[in-house]
Amino acid sequence: MSRIVGIDLGTTNSLVAYVDDRTGLPVVIPDREGRRLLPSVVAFTPDGILVGEAARRQLARRPADTVYSVKRLMGRGWEDVKDDLRYLPFRVLPADGTVKLAVGGREVTPPEVSAIILRSLKERAEAHFGEPIERAVVTVPAYFNDSQRQATKDAGRIAGLDVVRIVNEPTAASLAYGLHRLGQGVIAVYDLGGGTFDISILRVKDGIFEVLATNGDTHLGGDDFDRVLLLWLLEDIQSRHHAELDRDCVDLARDNEAMQELRLAAEAAKVRLSSDERTTLSLPFERFTYHRTITRAEVERLIEPLVARTLGPCRQALADAGLTHADIDEVVLVGGSTRVPLVRRRVQELFAKMPHSQLNPDEVVALGAAVQAQILAGGIKDMLLLDVTPLSLGIETLGGIVSILIPRNTTIPTSAREMFTTSVDGQTVVDLHVVQGERELAKDCRSLARFELRGIDPMPAGMPKIEVTFLIDANGILQVQAREQRTGKAASIEVKPTYGLTEADVERMVEESFTYAEADVETRLLVEARNEADTVLTHVERALRQAGSLVGDAERRTIETAVTALRQARAGDDRDAIRERTTEVNHATEPLAERLMDAALKGALGTRRADEIMAPRPEGAS
Amino acid sequence: MSDYFETFGLDRRLGLDTAALQRRFYELSRQWHPDFHQAAPPAEQARALEASARVNAAYRALRDPIARVEYLIRLEEGRETKEGATVKPKAPPALLAEMFEIQEALEEARAGALDETTRAVLAAQRDALRARVAETESRLAGPLSRAWDAAAPDQRSVALAALKEMLATRSYLKTVIDDLGAALGEGTEETHVANRRH
Repeated sequence: MSRIVGIDLGTTNSLVAYVDDRTGLPVVIPDREGRRLLPSVVAFTPDGILVGEAARRQLARRPADTVYSVKRLMGRGWEDVKDDLRYLPFRVLPADGTVKLAVGGREVTPPEVSAIILRSLKERAEAHFGEPIERAVVTVPAYFNDSQRQATKDAGRIAGLDVVRIVNEPTAASLAYGLHRLGQGVIAVYDLGGGTFDISILRVKDGIFEVLATNGDTHLGGDDFDRVLLLWLLEDIQSRHHAELDRDCVDLARDNEAMQELRLAAEAAKVRLSSDERTTLSLPFERFTYHRTITRAEVERLIEPLVARTLGPCRQALADAGLTHADIDEVVLVGGSTRVPLVRRRVQELFAKMPHSQLNPDEVVALGAAVQAQILAGGIKDMLLLDVTPLSLGIETLGGIVSILIPRNTTIPTSAREMFTTSVDGQTVVDLHVVQGERELAKDCRSLARFELRGIDPMPAGMPKIEVTFLIDANGILQVQAREQRTGKAASIEVKPTYGLTEADVERMVEESFTYAEADVETRLLVEARNEADTVLTHVERALRQAGSLVGDAERRTIETAVTALRQARAGDDRDAIRERTTEVNHATEPLAERLMDAALKGALGTRRADEIMAPRPEGAS
Repeated sequence: MSDYFETFGLDRRLGLDTAALQRRFYELSRQWHPDFHQAAPPAEQARALEASARVNAAYRALRDPIARVEYLIRLEEGRETKEGATVKPKAPPALLAEMFEIQEALEEARAGALDETTRAVLAAQRDALRARVAETESRLAGPLSRAWDAAAPDQRSVALAALKEMLATRSYLKTVIDDLGAALGEGTEETHVANRRH
């Protein structure tokens, strides 16, 4: 049988991993350049689709056509996401039971965008093994509901991957840890990623990983830290530079490109502040350069309420497991956002235990997915994960009250049977409304699907006995079967998922996905070279305008010559020529750039070197 | 179809060794979990899925002494469906009379604002009721469970009725506790909503 890989399809970054047959240990598969993380970003350019790092570089350049954090839209309806949209630079439209993105002159659904990321990882794995990869274990936040899980499976299918198992991220992480140091006892996995938060409490004993309780928030993560920091910076820029902004009638908040630059700078500053006590931002705008020092304490004040929001779910999970913090033997941190010192402090306080994170928090989920893949392939026989369903499953009854069939934190797979009957003589159809959530009224819960039981023989009201079986499989996805008990015949069920794609939609997208070819490697490299050239040209023009007396005539001429050469090269198709001319322009402007920085920083910033401040591009991410 | 006790190879008894139950649960999980049947033909996979779901449901019903009592009652009464369709057992009349005062105080609390004294009284009553819930639980799990296990076949209906009454008392007390919580402005804790049917 073919190989199964493990994939962490993250909000910010995605990875693919497998278990090495010789060592028995999971390893991440890097791309050709040795990069392990694939930024979960997809850019729809006129030359084709870019994924990962190449797409990430388009964020500030083509904000309207570059999709990031698409995971937050997976399996969601318009009502769920409309409040988020004002922070997203790309257009999101309501669609039947889901949302669509209008990017690059076409409309795509969130699963299709995720499929582009998955396909890139699939190709990465295929290049590594030199054979086709068709099956994968894909991780999702433990607190993902049925529609979000289904959307993730759909994305796999569109990408040409059979998703043989959906695994919860914190439990995947526990598998990776379990393989390294098989401890026994109760562990708490605190997983704060780019866009989602999960807490899972597990008992590990004799190779069985039994999840006792899970809780979380699928709308809370590092993205939100970036956002509060971004809004704070925006306000600061507007108050400090209102004169310049007003003169040009610039509304920064409405300038997509500036907002994306600012978001990336905020994210980079956040990352630096995890190791440094203070950091300096320097952002060039049209008529001014904004720079200021930010301290860790300032950012902690901003994100404190967000971090506090993770503690309630932790307490609830403990209560649901019937435990107190004293019962927890170990606390494991997962997800890039657990690098934030404040997060570590709060977790430590809550559990009164030093949390640990020996395994790279960015990679541990993918490693665990690889372990689960190996279990499914039969390569590991002594480990077994017993996971739970995160949300109660119920049906709507009279008066809109929810009758719970499967309570949350029930070990999966699990099933519940329920009897239904008719209320009118001769009735042949019964409607069922299945919901997920913890509230008493159906309208406050998440609507999963409406079912129609059809083909019931006409009988007096109350006579038919239809037995409906609700089964949640090991992926946490609902399956429904119905049977009329008197006749023993299977009632046909028509399922109308409230959110998500129909079977026909997915079929069509699988076909279309072949026509949405990614830009081939050559085109991609050319596009990247041109973009790089554009970025440099923009910066040089701005520098020359700001320089004034700082640049002499001879130097100005040298720079202008290099710029002209680059413009000519950029118009052509020779990627190497564009690269070389770009390097020459960079070289010619280096002394000027340094003088500009020094002038800007004089007195304000103390002893930091200019090149530390010149790097507004974040490398790490959460 | 076998009952949950049979799934675990146990007699229909309320007293059981939970450590042994957990070991058996892990063994059965290793036997039936879908993870270990991925390469099997579809029919066998479906069988494993069903068996695994049954093992999980059985463990859930048996591991907790109160849930075990609830399951036993369902089993003895031959009710097939799960919690959803159950007719709520009635609380004993003596208890209803006893709670009359609290219910009246609750009515008043709902009608108007609470003064500090009434708040303190209600909070104290709630604490007292919580202690009583704990007491009903230890009686259910302890003497009443042992009584059922020890009962001769013709005495079982009496032992079962005692279990049912104590369960009804517990569920009534819990409802009053929730109402008190709501009146005290703490809302119904989410836990209670989800656990009410456990």
